[in-house]
Amino acid sequence: MKLADLLSQKKATILERWLHLLLDSYPSETSGFFKKEKDPFNNPLAFRLSQGLQGVYEALLQDTARERILASLDDVISIKALENFSPSQAVAFIFLLKPVIREELATELKEAQLSEECLEVESRIDGLALLCFEVYMKRREKLYELRINEVKNQVSGLMRRTGLTLVTPQQ
Amino acid sequence: MTDFFKLHFFVPLAAVLGLVVVAYVGVQANLQLLFGVVVPYMAALIFIEGMVYRLIQWTRSPVPFRIPTTAAQNKSLPWIEKNLGEKLDNPETTKHVVGRMALEVLAFRSLFRNTRTELRQDPDHPEGARLIHWSYKWLWLGAIAFHYAFLVVILRHLRFFTEPVPGFVYLLDSVDGFLQFFVPVVYLSGLVLLVAAGYLLLRRILRPELRYISLAADYFPLFLILSIAITGILMRYFYKVDIVAVKDLALGLATFKPKVVAGIGVIFYIHLFLVCVLFAYFPFSKLMHAPGVFLSPTRNLACNSRWVRHVNPWNYPVKFHSYAEYEDKFREAMIEADIPVEKES
Amino acid sequence: MAKAKVTVPTPAEILPGISYKTPEKGWMDVKPDFRPGTYCNPANPKWLEWIGYPYPRAWHVTDEDWHLPSDWKETILQGMEDRLSRFRSLKLFFDICVRCGACADKCHFFLGTGDPKNMPVLRAELMRSVYKRYFKPAGRLLGQLAGARDLTEDVIKEWFFYLYQCTECRRCSLFCPYGIDMAEMTILGRELLSSIGINIEWTLASVAQCYDKGSHIGATPQAMKDMIDFFAEENERVTGIYTPITYNRKGAEILFVAPSGDYFADPGTYTFMGYMLLFTYLGLDYTISTYAGEGGNFGFFMSHEMGKRLNAKIYAEAKRLGVKWIIGGECGHMWRILNQYMDTWNGPADFLEMPVSPITGTKFENAATTRMVHISEFTADLIKHGKLKLDPMRNAHIKLTFHDSCNTSRGMGIFEEPRYIIKNVLPEGHFVDMPPNTIREKTFCCGSGSGFNADEYLETRLRGGLPRANAVRYVHEKYGVNHLGCICAIDRAVLPTLLGYWVPEVEVTGISELVGNALVFDEEIERTTDLRDRDLVGVGEAEEGVEAAEAAEEEE
Repeated sequence: MKLADLLSQKKATILERWLHLLLDSYPSETSGFFKKEKDPFNNPLAFRLSQGLQGVYEALLQDTARERILASLDDVISIKALENFSPSQAVAFIFLLKPVIREELATELKEAQLSEECLEVESRIDGLALLCFEVYMKRREKLYELRINEVKNQVSGLMRRTGLTLVTPQQ
Repeated sequence: MTDFFKLHFFVPLAAVLGLVVVAYVGVQANLQLLFGVVVPYMAALIFIEGMVYRLIQWTRSPVPFRIPTTAAQNKSLPWIEKNLGEKLDNPETTKHVVGRMALEVLAFRSLFRNTRTELRQDPDHPEGARLIHWSYKWLWLGAIAFHYAFLVVILRHLRFFTEPVPGFVYLLDSVDGFLQFFVPVVYLSGLVLLVAAGYLLLRRILRPELRYISLAADYFPLFLILSIAITGILMRYFYKVDIVAVKDLALGLATFKPKVVAGIGVIFYIHLFLVCVLFAYFPFSKLMHAPGVFLSPTRNLACNSRWVRHVNPWNYPVKFHSYAEYEDKFREAMIEADIPVEKES
Repeated sequence: MAKAKVTVPTPAEILPGISYKTPEKGWMDVKPDFRPGTYCNPANPKWLEWIGYPYPRAWHVTDEDWHLPSDWKETILQGMEDRLSRFRSLKLFFDICVRCGACADKCHFFLGTGDPKNMPVLRAELMRSVYKRYFKPAGRLLGQLAGARDLTEDVIKEWFFYLYQCTECRRCSLFCPYGIDMAEMTILGRELLSSIGINIEWTLASVAQCYDKGSHIGATPQAMKDMIDFFAEENERVTGIYTPITYNRKGAEILFVAPSGDYFADPGTYTFMGYMLLFTYLGLDYTISTYAGEGGNFGFFMSHEMGKRLNAKIYAEAKRLGVKWIIGGECGHMWRILNQYMDTWNGPADFLEMPVSPITGTKFENAATTRMVHISEFTADLIKHGKLKLDPMRNAHIKLTFHDSCNTSRGMGIFEEPRYIIKNVLPEGHFVDMPPNTIREKTFCCGSGSGFNADEYLETRLRGGLPRANAVRYVHEKYGVNHLGCICAIDRAVLPTLLGYWVPEVEVTGISELVGNALVFDEEIERTTDLRDRDLVGVGEAEEGVEAAEAAEEEE
């Protein structure tokens, strides 16, 4: 059996393990709640993370449009960019997929030709990791942009009053 | 396991076991008078006085503001209609406040609010998933089972304290014991109480966030009530005690003609002692939520503060920036901007 | 020679909780981690001097030493004793919590941050533990075993951290079987902090400005007038209808009080234009005050007393101007105060008359003592009586969902009026509600209420607002919702930021703005845009169509 098939066969277990690893980084008193609560509205954090991981995983299995990959990565990183304040912590999640796959497919991976395929999958993960930096930077930039916009909104009425505009030239 | 958990879990556990030992040793040392008469009277005294004291303590503090939690549409234009549920969730009149409190006390209305929404995978649905809503009622169920079972158990015990026994106690007895698979008849309430209290305890231990917040004051009453239930069940079904003698003792207590009755097994005294501790502990513990809920200002007030004045007994005048001070500061600018002023200069 | 050891962390080591666990400790031993983005800046001492509040000084949250006054401990304990004797709520809420955990997952800050101390039960316990230590015999005797702990500077820092991670939204109080209200405890806890000079800049700056000048933003009378006069011109430019307004006019029938956010910050400004269009349409005899130019009340976010000091101006001004009654604009905490506190604080307003709509004759009996009517009640009544000519197609570019603000929901109960208005000013099918456990009395907070609009607090605000934004995202993706309506000025200030991060496709609007868009005046010009200068449906396309046709002709 090919690795790709194995990966899609074990998708549900791998995704759950990956998500749980990610949720383990929250205080142990709450990670249990995050893992258990399935209501997307009462547990938006885990819901969004799980949606993101699912999208990223699908991108690993089959070719996906770049925008979709970025959007899935963003589902995870938009949360991480707010809470850890260290870029390495915000993007570490993507690398956690490697040990999850290795452990989940431990027996199957012993076959020689599979381990070659495995290397390929891992380098795809590396590619995704590179995209993570883009998304992370975008998110942090967004934060600064929002800070600026709040200030702008506080004075934009005044600016309109005086006839000045805050629109930048290239716009 | 954190040290915090160990402290708050094992100390109350040891305390309850210690109480059992105290009662056991006491009875072995022939202190039936103490455990059968003195302690129950003391417990009753502490319970009543403590309760009155706490209620007075609470009511001595006023309710300065009308702060009910409004859980539905408030009184508005006449054509905005409210159904009965909404009238009780945002009560305008005393009648509806009574209804709200009754729902809260008898049906645990607020706990009943827990709802869950879930995105269920559904291949038949055009979007592949659909949103379903359901009620999450485990805590509500556990709590309601626990409290009602407790109530039934207490009422059933009236048959020991009354002669003749009121009719409703017999009725309760027969309803509670309709499952006749064991001799003597098994009371459902006792089992439900045990299961529900067990659930409330397990959830505290097993759910990490609840374990984190739980204190000795949470475990102690649970251990106590569980021990009371267990000793009661043991006594009824396994280590039988002389019921007639027990009733003799209980009636003596209830009619203020206390007497020591010989020939009652030690397990009864353990049971009784634990009950006494529960009663004596009650007024100084979180168990005061029972009377407390009636005083809760977010529940027991009508949401009518826009049309009925609510007076704060300690309302005091405050300094605020008066218009005169304001105008003094901005007069010139106001005149220039054509804003009317009181004094032209 | 031994090589210097370089440890490269594995990815699993980068994140806590995976390859290493932080040692598990009881909550009393965990200290808050003050990192940028998790706290609001302390108040500038000058504001405290303006309002005459104690211990103005410069201090920093991240400093070890907060320069507390030497008798801070006595002050706190005395303050606690005093409040226990004045507020039954506090005493009762301290005593009757059974820690059942029903509130735990109801707090948006808990759901968004995963910090266990954001479970309302534990947030309350931070204060309750001190109460037990100093006011209960069991706590005095048994200490930690009774859930009691000493009052130390670390405890004060913890209070500051978590009492300023509670927006006083009352969602927990809805689910509590005894009605224990974290908001009440937060208000009183912040009073205690304030009594030893711990306040946050955003709240205090607003309070001091409002106290001194008349509004949170500190507009001078001339600046306020200038701005609002400009709206009248803007209205004329867009609709052809000039909407003049009078200031501090004695003898007007109605005093109108709006939150200041509506006449300075976008997009609240458009809501204000909507108010003016409506009142002009009706020919209402009304005025606004530059002195009581603020409906909101940030004083309430530091203490009951300061709330009262700011609120007092509204009745004082109504009396001075001799108006008959008052209309209040769209604002959240303002309306909780007007509903539950105003009359008790500063009433009775016996110098006012029973509010009667001069247009429909409706007597607002629900405001019989406060004599202050909500703009949504007023507008809904007009629509019901058919007094407004409305063209919903002018809002056809808007697909709306409605955010019930915490304070108007759980501190007042105004749900139907705004929805009734929305349904009448939007085309059919342009309004959808979010899922039921996120709206009405169960609504999720914006995450920035009760004085948290500060930009240094952005990360925490966005995390706290995630549950709200998540529900908005759902209706956006499922129904194509592109606007979030609300009747709260803080919402209008902070939701654009929240949605900008989580659901950037959705914009924020007040309800009166939609009314302004839809109102049809007899003498108006042909409308091509809404109040925000955005093309109406059909207009832009038609022009494009014309242009395209012209371009095609030229090519020929």
